[in-house]
Amino acid sequence: MTDLKRTPLHDEHVRAGGKMVEFAGYDMPIQYPTGIVAEHRAVRTNAGLFDLSHMGEFFFIGPNAGAAIDGMVSSDIAGLAVGQARYGLLTNERGTIVDDVIVYRLADEEYLMVVNAANIAKDHAHVQAHLPAGVGFDDRSDEMSLIAIQGPRAATILSSVTDLEVREQSIEGLPPFGVTRARVAGSRAIVARTGYTGEDGFEVFVDNDRAAQVWSRLLAAGGSTGLIPIGLGARDTLRLESRFSLYGNDIDETTDPIEAGLGWTVKLDKAFVGRDAIAAAKERGPKRRIVGLEVTGGVARHGYEVMKDGTVVGQVTSGTFGPTVQKNIALAYVPTELAKVGTDLAVRIRDRDIPAKVVKTPFYKRGG
Amino acid sequence: MSSVPDDLRYSKEHEWVRVDGDTAVVGITAFAQEQLGDVVFVELPEKGARVRQHSSLGVVESVKAASDVYAPISGEVLERNVKVIESPELVNAQPYGDGWMVKVRLADKGELGALLSPDAYRSHIGEESAAAGD
Repeated sequence: MTDLKRTPLHDEHVRAGGKMVEFAGYDMPIQYPTGIVAEHRAVRTNAGLFDLSHMGEFFFIGPNAGAAIDGMVSSDIAGLAVGQARYGLLTNERGTIVDDVIVYRLADEEYLMVVNAANIAKDHAHVQAHLPAGVGFDDRSDEMSLIAIQGPRAATILSSVTDLEVREQSIEGLPPFGVTRARVAGSRAIVARTGYTGEDGFEVFVDNDRAAQVWSRLLAAGGSTGLIPIGLGARDTLRLESRFSLYGNDIDETTDPIEAGLGWTVKLDKAFVGRDAIAAAKERGPKRRIVGLEVTGGVARHGYEVMKDGTVVGQVTSGTFGPTVQKNIALAYVPTELAKVGTDLAVRIRDRDIPAKVVKTPFYKRGG
Repeated sequence: MSSVPDDLRYSKEHEWVRVDGDTAVVGITAFAQEQLGDVVFVELPEKGARVRQHSSLGVVESVKAASDVYAPISGEVLERNVKVIESPELVNAQPYGDGWMVKVRLADKGELGALLSPDAYRSHIGEESAAAGD
């Protein structure tokens, strides 16, 4: 326990009654006394506050910074305008997934890449190994905190404590995947309209010593109207309903972007690490594919076997009860010929084969 | 402050037993449901099934994980709570009421002696007896 890392908001979580668990080497709240289902609903209907300070922040600086990242990430980074962000994958020469990241273009010659907490050291080494000379690389993961505010009321609450540096802009006017510098609760911050919940929302990057103040000010601004802190438990149910991949569960260095359903993040008409291997995988066509499952009669969990007529055909990578869709939902890799929507499969739960059907994803879509 | 009603007997695995003649109703304690978090799925044996003390009686799944429920006593299942299968959240809302799990015909009333008194259960879950009951 003693060697677990703590985010600058650790005391806030404990004070709020957060149930703390180990996650990616950090002591993090899995839920607060309100419980996962109530937290999940708060984000879908009102607003929730997340401590994501365990995640990694890599800064890239210099005239060739954009081109350098473009050579490492699957998506179109060269095409990002200042103030725009894009999701993409770090891939290796084998064309499998090192991490999934969001790249933000903060200025002409300044980019931010946000990486998963469990992958910070690995990604740092990977980036350094592929970084051309002359590009500044600054891993500020240990100095920066990340607070997300997500949900239909996120914009209203955040804008009440935010001053944008560009006068004519407003928080409400920031487009999805837009990013800007701002002062949040009096602190210098980077504010982006990104998230991992399927709702409208923002991610706010601040220096560690400002995190507690920003957190408390946001809670004070939104608390009376229902803003509550959200733990990792609801973060997982929210992202799974929206079918966002979780690194380490749904994607890893044994999966390629095509079978993982992330072909849309891959721009093959450019050079980047792993491009040729991915192009070949796409050409061959994947042997297996990730699919959404609806399970009736039990909750499928990571690692459970997927069955067809009594034979093991695949594996569940993520599974839970979805509080908004009110169904047991899962993601699983299955052979391509069994990946069609409507296919009847089963998941082996406690030695019994429980019916599961391949369904369209996302399981939940805002306003849909 | 988990409630521990005075009229029940308890197992160390956090089940409760309400004895009525030679039958008993079984559920999981307030402490257990607090530890589990939001219950989203309950699996229980069918009427007529025989359960043995300390063996698995069923499964409750929360959003986070699946947990076994152990039979605190042996016997034949006379009834299972269909309402809790349809509405698993009853386990959280009323663990000692509508969230009950099965009604059992006791095979051996002597087994009841191995169960914990309310006071013993309170100290088992690390609480002062004075703090219970809310």
